[in-house]
Amino acid sequence: MAIPLLEVRHLTKRFGGLTAVDDVGLQVFPGEVVALLGDNGAGKSTLIKMVSGVYQPDEGQILFQGKEVRLASPAGALELGIETLYQDLALAENLDVFSNIFMGREKTKRFLGLIPVLDHQTMYDESKKVLDRLDIQIPSLRKLIKTLSGGQRQAVAIGRSIYWNAKLLIMDEPTAALGVQEQRKVLDLVRLLRSQGIPVIIISHQMYDVFAVSDRLVVMRRGKKVAERITKQTNTDEVVSLITGAEEVWKPAAS
Amino acid sequence: MGRDAGGAAEWAGRNWALLFLALEIATFTAFGTHFVSLENLQNVLVACTYVLLLGIGETFVIITGGIDLSVGFLMGFSTVICAKAIVLLRGAALPLPAAIVLGAAICLAVGLLPGMVNGLLVARLRVPPFLATFGMYGFTYGLAEIICDNTPITAPEGTGYAGNEYLFYLVPGKVFSFLVRPQGLSEGDLRRMITILPIIAVITFIVAPIFAFVLTRMRFGRHTYAIGGNMDAAIRAGINVPRHLTYIYMISSACAALAGALFVLRYVTGTADAGSSLMLDAVVAVVIGGASLYGGRGTVKGTIVGALIIAVLETGMVNLEIPTFNRYIAIGGILIFAVLVDQFFPDLVGRGK
Repeated sequence: MAIPLLEVRHLTKRFGGLTAVDDVGLQVFPGEVVALLGDNGAGKSTLIKMVSGVYQPDEGQILFQGKEVRLASPAGALELGIETLYQDLALAENLDVFSNIFMGREKTKRFLGLIPVLDHQTMYDESKKVLDRLDIQIPSLRKLIKTLSGGQRQAVAIGRSIYWNAKLLIMDEPTAALGVQEQRKVLDLVRLLRSQGIPVIIISHQMYDVFAVSDRLVVMRRGKKVAERITKQTNTDEVVSLITGAEEVWKPAAS
Repeated sequence: MGRDAGGAAEWAGRNWALLFLALEIATFTAFGTHFVSLENLQNVLVACTYVLLLGIGETFVIITGGIDLSVGFLMGFSTVICAKAIVLLRGAALPLPAAIVLGAAICLAVGLLPGMVNGLLVARLRVPPFLATFGMYGFTYGLAEIICDNTPITAPEGTGYAGNEYLFYLVPGKVFSFLVRPQGLSEGDLRRMITILPIIAVITFIVAPIFAFVLTRMRFGRHTYAIGGNMDAAIRAGINVPRHLTYIYMISSACAALAGALFVLRYVTGTADAGSSLMLDAVVAVVIGGASLYGGRGTVKGTIVGALIIAVLETGMVNLEIPTFNRYIAIGGILIFAVLVDQFFPDLVGRGK
């Protein structure tokens, strides 16, 4: 079997007396979509924040492309190609599309051969290219983000990640605030990413999303990983009972 | 037709400040005496110098979603530092020009410190900008009063030379001089001499485009807008936000220090309350210029228009012999108007970047 792009082993994170993530292991292989499921407070976000460098684990290892990595900051994770799209999307609404795609990594050219100034044209052209490649339609890249719909914003955020050579995309509730039409577009985009070999970890409450796009799903409860399933081999009922822990309650009675 | 009218209305909404300025000038021209004259328009430029300098720094701060309330007293503090430094250097037998240049340089260098403290408080220790700079407001005022021992410091004679110079001197048909005031003119010639472009206004209008350039065309400016638009996004995009914010507050205090140095060069005195009324004016200029106090929006160009509106109001009132305390009422009114425009027509104002 191929080496996993991302592997976490025995990852643990405590906040005071609370163990938010408890000895979790997880593997993500190139070109697969892994859904991360769990109720509120199950530890999904904390796990993801360790992978994206926001939190540092108390115990355990993170391996990326087979090598152990220390992610001291979000910038460190970004450098490796681990891109996280949060619910609030991390876009500046007061800037236009291409400025957002290049935020923090603006292209410059020399003005009078001396002063580095923003190279709007190059940033515009490059943005256009990457959005076209992902079949993302935005009326104008010069529009401010605040004039775009939720789905368009999502697409811009994804486009930005891809442009910056994301090797792994983590999406936190990507369809939560979207209309039905736009949800479908975002899921199409996830499939497109998979077909281009980019693995996606998707955190979602929406069973429909999970079953529509994921290859594998991992369920967490109270900080622990409680189950891992091939999506095709399970069903909504089982997954819901895994999330809520109904199965656990039911199990001892059966044994 | 209808579309043109809509476009015009939109343009008017976006540029209401510019229209307001034109209206102001038209009013003072109609009711005042010689309002539109070379001399008076230069008075306007001089009057807007200090507001504009403070406003430029404030523009950066407000775009990031912060506010710098210390700029007024920081300017006063800087006048005291500058005047005191020139006096001391002169006392150490330094030639006057050297003392002036060095004194101004010391003033600018010292002026960076309060900004650095503001920046560290806001960016690293997460003190709300309003409180951090309000603390600095009191601190700089008190410190300035201690340094000047509660009495204005008068700089050595001749210090005012540079600050009261003009770029060009012209006696029609006779003399044309650049920077240097022509000597040995007859009284009649002196009276007919036209002075063009006061130096301190020239300095300000060199500084303003530089900062406008930084804001619109450089990464620093783009990061400033990004921080104001979505600070979390800026952090996640790898922008070093604490460092950037520290620079922003240092720019603000450097602008205030420059205003202080220019004040000493013009009025030959350093006094703790030199800029006390200018903090309000600076914020007003920025807000009139289309900046939002919620952050993410604002331009140096807009702030220039805002500063001109205030300066025209001020000179116009002097011209009409209206007591100047009325200006506070007028400026307060304009501020509230600008905020209301921002509140109710947010899509109209400041959309042009």
